[in-house]
Amino acid sequence: MLKLTRKLAVAGFVLGAAAAPFAAPVQAENVLRYTSVSDASTLDPHALNALVTLMIDIQMYDALVMRDPGMVKIPGLAVSWENLDPNTWEFKLREGVTFHNGNPFNADDVIFSIKRAQADTSQMQGYVNTITEIRKIDDYTVQFVTDKPNPILLDQLVNIFMMDAEWAKEHGVEAPQNFKDSQETYAVRHTNGTGAFKLESREPDVKTVLVRNENWWGNEEYKHNIDKVVWTPITNDATRVAALLSGEVDLVTDPPIQDLNRILGSSNLKVEQTAQMRTIFFGFDVKADELRHSSVKGKNPFKDVKVRQAFYHAIDVEAIKRAIMRGMSVPAGMIIEPPINGYKAEWDENRLPFDPEKAKALLAEAGYPEGFSVQLDCPNNRYQNDEAICQAAVSMLAKIGVEVRLNAQPKTQFFPLITGKTTDFFLLGWGVPTMDSGFAFDYLVHSEASWNAAHYGTPELDAKIEAIRGIVDVEERNRIIEEIWTQVQADIPYLPLHHQMIFWAMSKNLNIPIEPNDMPRFYWASFSN
Amino acid sequence: MQTAKLSKWWAGFYDHDVTWSFLHSPLTMLASLVTLLLVGAAFGAPYLTSYTPFEPGSLSLMDAFLPPAWEAGGSAAHFLGTDGQGRDVLAAIMYGTQISLIVGLFSVLLSVAIGIPLGIIAGYATGSWIDTLIMRVADIQLTIPPILIALMIDGVVRTSMSNELHEEMAIPVLIFSIGIASWPQYARITRSGAMVERRKDYIAAAKLIQTPAWLILLRHIFPNVVGPTLIVATIGVAVAIIIEATLSFLGVGVPPTNPSLGTLIRIGNNFLFSGEWWITFFPAFTLVILVLSVNLIGDWLRDTFNPKLR
Repeated sequence: MLKLTRKLAVAGFVLGAAAAPFAAPVQAENVLRYTSVSDASTLDPHALNALVTLMIDIQMYDALVMRDPGMVKIPGLAVSWENLDPNTWEFKLREGVTFHNGNPFNADDVIFSIKRAQADTSQMQGYVNTITEIRKIDDYTVQFVTDKPNPILLDQLVNIFMMDAEWAKEHGVEAPQNFKDSQETYAVRHTNGTGAFKLESREPDVKTVLVRNENWWGNEEYKHNIDKVVWTPITNDATRVAALLSGEVDLVTDPPIQDLNRILGSSNLKVEQTAQMRTIFFGFDVKADELRHSSVKGKNPFKDVKVRQAFYHAIDVEAIKRAIMRGMSVPAGMIIEPPINGYKAEWDENRLPFDPEKAKALLAEAGYPEGFSVQLDCPNNRYQNDEAICQAAVSMLAKIGVEVRLNAQPKTQFFPLITGKTTDFFLLGWGVPTMDSGFAFDYLVHSEASWNAAHYGTPELDAKIEAIRGIVDVEERNRIIEEIWTQVQADIPYLPLHHQMIFWAMSKNLNIPIEPNDMPRFYWASFSN
Repeated sequence: MQTAKLSKWWAGFYDHDVTWSFLHSPLTMLASLVTLLLVGAAFGAPYLTSYTPFEPGSLSLMDAFLPPAWEAGGSAAHFLGTDGQGRDVLAAIMYGTQISLIVGLFSVLLSVAIGIPLGIIAGYATGSWIDTLIMRVADIQLTIPPILIALMIDGVVRTSMSNELHEEMAIPVLIFSIGIASWPQYARITRSGAMVERRKDYIAAAKLIQTPAWLILLRHIFPNVVGPTLIVATIGVAVAIIIEATLSFLGVGVPPTNPSLGTLIRIGNNFLFSGEWWITFFPAFTLVILVLSVNLIGDWLRDTFNPKLR
């Protein structure tokens, strides 16, 4: 009898377990399962100016100004703004907004967040370096004063997320994490924004779960039907595609380009594409007196522009496009893209031609007829086929006698070499979220710029870069921008390779607008059933 | 005179059980032939192929992704096709097999060099604290899979070395990690042999004339227990090659600048969905054939030298 009862109990348990999957749809939870090659190195919104961090933070934090999928500026936490005089902007804040922990959002949080983004350990200084004063008029009105008239202030504010002053104080994160020294703070793994999603759980490099914020101010306006987002980074390209093909994930924002045809061949999947605002280039340390890893001792071959030109002539960018990028890239002669103010097609379309003989001659002229050896630092999980591009460059440079030792590593180890400026020769990609050349100058060209691992820059260029931050006259400003680019194009501190294109592969029942800045925003997504 | 001696030797060799067994096992003959071919191709690579797949200067992206010669678009110059950087797949496999064999052989040599002495000592000193110590350490290590131990050692070494140094030292480090990870099984086999031998009369006789213990171990016990261990070591080579391939596939083995079969499989894996199957298939096929052949030879050796099966 006892035996029979036990058997029945087991049978009941098995039946119950079997029935469970059928019970689930009653709750009808829309879970967006998302994968990409790498995880965010930190969640602190001001510690690192890197796309993956901004992408995950924008789901949970809001900025004063937002962009719609067409990159047009729309109200975010500020409902309106006005230029009171050339140096003063007034913002009316959205009322009744609360942070995820329930604290109200007000002018004090704005002042706190901007000051935090200006702190020494912040990497977002380039977006807020013109703001000298913030005045609180009342709880929902603030005024920003800039040192000079700043025509791109709104574009810059898109990337500055608003944090809760009380929360930051409570958890000792009033200053941004010092990313360069791998500091660990509360804000690295926890968030408290006003955004559309709340952080439910976070396991770095494994899984991050976001849940819908029912109290988000935008729920009325942007009706999305995503209840939960599960983000599981998958490093291996083939595994990531397999996960999509087998229906384990709904969205991949970085499918390997060689696999697009295979994905399109599946009846449940679709691929969206657009030109990306990101250019891939090599950079040289043009200032060090001696390279860190090189056969040349006592001097730095990259100081000589002829060596940089020789490298330029040695790279066959068309072969890279054909064999590695499968035709899905646009060879570049400039490190910014067409929609950005300051772009010139004439420069972009006229790369130095591929000419190994000329490259050898230039090397000989520079005093290296036998070539030399150097280390190339390269990420292997950041840009499309980054490691393969570097490998191809190794063999192309070998043909002009330059022996390149490739040091390809994951971005968490690679980026500190760039921000710490301790690399001789590197591969980097750069995008311009403000749509203006000034951003590229502030991060890559100014001699004190935080990502200028090339150590490039002269006092004259620095003066011009500082000047354009405050010039409102568009023609005058553009003239100086052109002067700066003319100099950069001639000096080649960066050797442009190509502009990337964006491909998002997803299941057919998922609708999400593709964005040129490669940042999916889940509050614009929806599942059609 | 010379000929007579030779023919006598040949007759002896031909009549020997082992030869007889070998000649009556077509599978073993085939396995040996395949192994010989692979070893020959691996170590003869510089003479057999004009490609130097890991000299960056010799590659051209223009040759990337050529299919095998018999497929449309293939070229006779690259019989098994080329990979994404324009490397000849056949040449890459030959050089890769060489690395795999070197790592496999040397790591087993290391395991044996650690396992046999410890096993003999433990077996001769059965019951003493030395025996307990050695065998408990072996037991503890056996609870952890060899691949995990190799991963751990590689991880520690990697963090303690600069990238540059690690790349140069990758193969010795790999040999060390795999070698360290699999000594216990050799120690166990040797110990059981030594335990049997030490009770035999000739050992008692040696003790009686006051031969020192180390000499007994070296002169008398070692030659009598080494046979079975070496047979197990043959299969060990196959296992070591697999562990090496697994580690390299996971990306912690030999670097892509000097790839083994496992690294080649990992590189090719990225092109499975895009239709360039040959980049990963041929290295994988070679690995399977190599490991299977070595295993077959090992099995045959074990059966032939097992007195119970004669």
